[in-house]
Amino acid sequence: MAAVRALRSCSRTAGCLICVHHIRPCSSVRFIKSKYISIFDKSAFKFSHQHTSFRTSAISNGQIVQFKLSDIGEGITEVTVKEWYVKEGDSVSQFDSICEVQSDKASVTITSRYDGIIRKLYYNLDEIAYVGKPLVDIETDALKDVASEEDVVETPAVSHEEHTHQEIKGHKTLATPAVRRLAMENNIKLSEVVGTGKDNRILKEDILNYLAKQTGAILPPSPKPEIIPPLPKSETVPAAAKDRGTKIPIPISKPIVFAGKDKTEAVTGFHKAMVKTMTAALKIPHFGYCDEIDLTQLVQLREELKPLAQVRGVKLSFMPFFIKAASLGLLHYPILNASVDENCQNITYKIGGTYAKPVILPPEVAIGALGKIQVLPRFNGNGEVFKAQIMNVSWSADHRIIDGATMARFSNLWKSYLENPASMLLDLK
Amino acid sequence: MVIPSSLKNCFRLFYVLKISAAGFKYTANRGLILQSISSDVFQNLAVEDWIHDNMNLENRQVLFLWRNSPTVVIGRHQNPWQECNLKIMRKNNIKLARRRSGGGTVYHDLGNINFTFFTSKKKYERMENLKLVVRALKGLRPQLHVCATDRYDLLLDGNFKISGTAAKLGRTVAYHHCTLLCSADKINLSSVLKSPYKGIKSNATPSMPALVKNLFEEDPTLTCEMVMDAVAAEYARCHQIDHHITLINPADETVFPGIHNKNKELQTWEWIYGKTPKFSISTCFNMMYEQSLLEAEVDIHVKHGRIEVCNIVLPEQWLPPAMCNELEKNLIGSKFCPSETTALASTLLRICPQNYELHSKWSLLCENVMTLM
Repeated sequence: MAAVRALRSCSRTAGCLICVHHIRPCSSVRFIKSKYISIFDKSAFKFSHQHTSFRTSAISNGQIVQFKLSDIGEGITEVTVKEWYVKEGDSVSQFDSICEVQSDKASVTITSRYDGIIRKLYYNLDEIAYVGKPLVDIETDALKDVASEEDVVETPAVSHEEHTHQEIKGHKTLATPAVRRLAMENNIKLSEVVGTGKDNRILKEDILNYLAKQTGAILPPSPKPEIIPPLPKSETVPAAAKDRGTKIPIPISKPIVFAGKDKTEAVTGFHKAMVKTMTAALKIPHFGYCDEIDLTQLVQLREELKPLAQVRGVKLSFMPFFIKAASLGLLHYPILNASVDENCQNITYKIGGTYAKPVILPPEVAIGALGKIQVLPRFNGNGEVFKAQIMNVSWSADHRIIDGATMARFSNLWKSYLENPASMLLDLK
Repeated sequence: MVIPSSLKNCFRLFYVLKISAAGFKYTANRGLILQSISSDVFQNLAVEDWIHDNMNLENRQVLFLWRNSPTVVIGRHQNPWQECNLKIMRKNNIKLARRRSGGGTVYHDLGNINFTFFTSKKKYERMENLKLVVRALKGLRPQLHVCATDRYDLLLDGNFKISGTAAKLGRTVAYHHCTLLCSADKINLSSVLKSPYKGIKSNATPSMPALVKNLFEEDPTLTCEMVMDAVAAEYARCHQIDHHITLINPADETVFPGIHNKNKELQTWEWIYGKTPKFSISTCFNMMYEQSLLEAEVDIHVKHGRIEVCNIVLPEQWLPPAMCNELEKNLIGSKFCPSETTALASTLLRICPQNYELHSKWSLLCENVMTLM
């Protein structure tokens, strides 16, 4: 959805208030709305670059280890807890970030020493934590052994109430604890996965590839270690920036594997408001009218006026011209600058008053959408091809009030003002 | 995610260094001096992130020199509304960045030099680094009276702050960075570092305002380049490495694989504003409507940069309660941000009764609410 940019303008000459919303569908403008959407998508990701998956609480035979706050250096004994990256019940792997603490201008990321589940947080935010004292309790797996080389097999009937049972099968498969956990969570037998690491060690990529084959999901290609061929020795040593010829291993961002949980969130803020207005808007019969406008002359005029405006401390964009043209056009077609009440029984023509500040007023009857300005070839009066600055416009109007002919005439008038900016001078009041 | 220290990602970087250090004794395995060719704060902060995540600093130390175009940089756990004047910054195109290290707010421009000292966590020693800078300055201009305080500031003539410090400690790597005022714009500095926002209650790390001075004011012959070179020379001497500054381009993904993502992360709204510890604003403002002065009260609670609680108290019957409730309800969950609020307000207006008076009151109210952001 496009962002709604509210414009205020007060056309003193016409003595009436012009308020037009321009919805820009072009991609060259950054949208407030789309940023908002992408934020919603990202909200599922924790910013601390880690992926923690949820495990429903299970009765387990794992041992609880007190993870103490380790020495920070410089003889520091106490710190303030500023942010928790985990909460009770979360799974953590070794080296995952647990919390951020601050001491005297130093911000410290505390990372986990163990794999396991967080069972207790000893401090709340902004509390003082002490070096050497417990920070969190982590429940590690029953057969915790960082250098374990036994295979892990998942028993078929694993319900949420039962704890996962690990059996030793005797077949040695090499995999780090983090990889084992990933396999376990996704019910994968390590013996079925082909390891591509050293000594047929199973890597995280191998698990993900295995999963991809199973689910048919498309994952980015796993990075293959590449050997960079040495540069030929030459007199002129090229800087790295010019070194495009050699192959460079492409860094792959870690593909995210989800347990398949949907996330439901309440619709808030801007979204909520849009839902209301769009529902209301769709009840109005719309019609559209499109045209293209040759802005070549306007572009030239703007270039000429830009330095003058700069002297006055104003950055001159195209918008003032559009608004001026619209304001002049509306003098001839005032019905476009009107609004209707709910039952479509009364039309209120907006006529300027004695207020000091312009107000944001949405037009109920017409909206214009401006595309971006592109350089396109066009034919001029002599049949020659020249470079024209073309912009597309499309108008949407309330058919209960506006008829197609009026819309078209207004659009043509607006177009003629913009294509011949000098003509605006003639109609100024 | 913190990548376990490995040389693989650094291959390109060291390759670059090998090439550019051609002719010099190759001491890059003991220490490095890097200088950024970029003045973009996000690119430079991304370099710090990259080195922190990718370099093995077990037996190696790195000094990174950088300067930024006008920016305000807040500490990891700070509140930008409390620390700086976001309105002036937006108007004058002064960027806002949140760094990963702790500490207070600083103003950067090309007259302010940043030094980052990267070491392993074991060798993390801020005072040593500051003493190094002091020695470098004294070596350059013996008459300069510069000293370090126990708060890790550098003072000129015992009174004026010329440098502030912050640090970040990870699992195996630590960095300490500090600024150095050479010829920064002090007028800009004092105007942007003064917050206009009233009524903020927050547990965010506060900054300690201080009197500042530029080295340039003490000795007009000093330039940033001379100071950077002097510190680099002293660093090289202390760590017994070549006095050779390698210029790096933070936008070069081939030398710093993955740096583009770090750059992007640092620019997201979630990071810059969303990481603000929760706070509340309780204040009142006056509105002038048709020759009369009206008072309104607001109480807004913000968490992760989004409005959690919103109460607006207006003069009775000035605006239909339903409209005011609508505004409060819709602001909840919305970003504490003026452009977001404008969009919200104008959208809501379309479903309100089409009454000119109501609309102008609504706009007045929304504009005033936005001044809090």
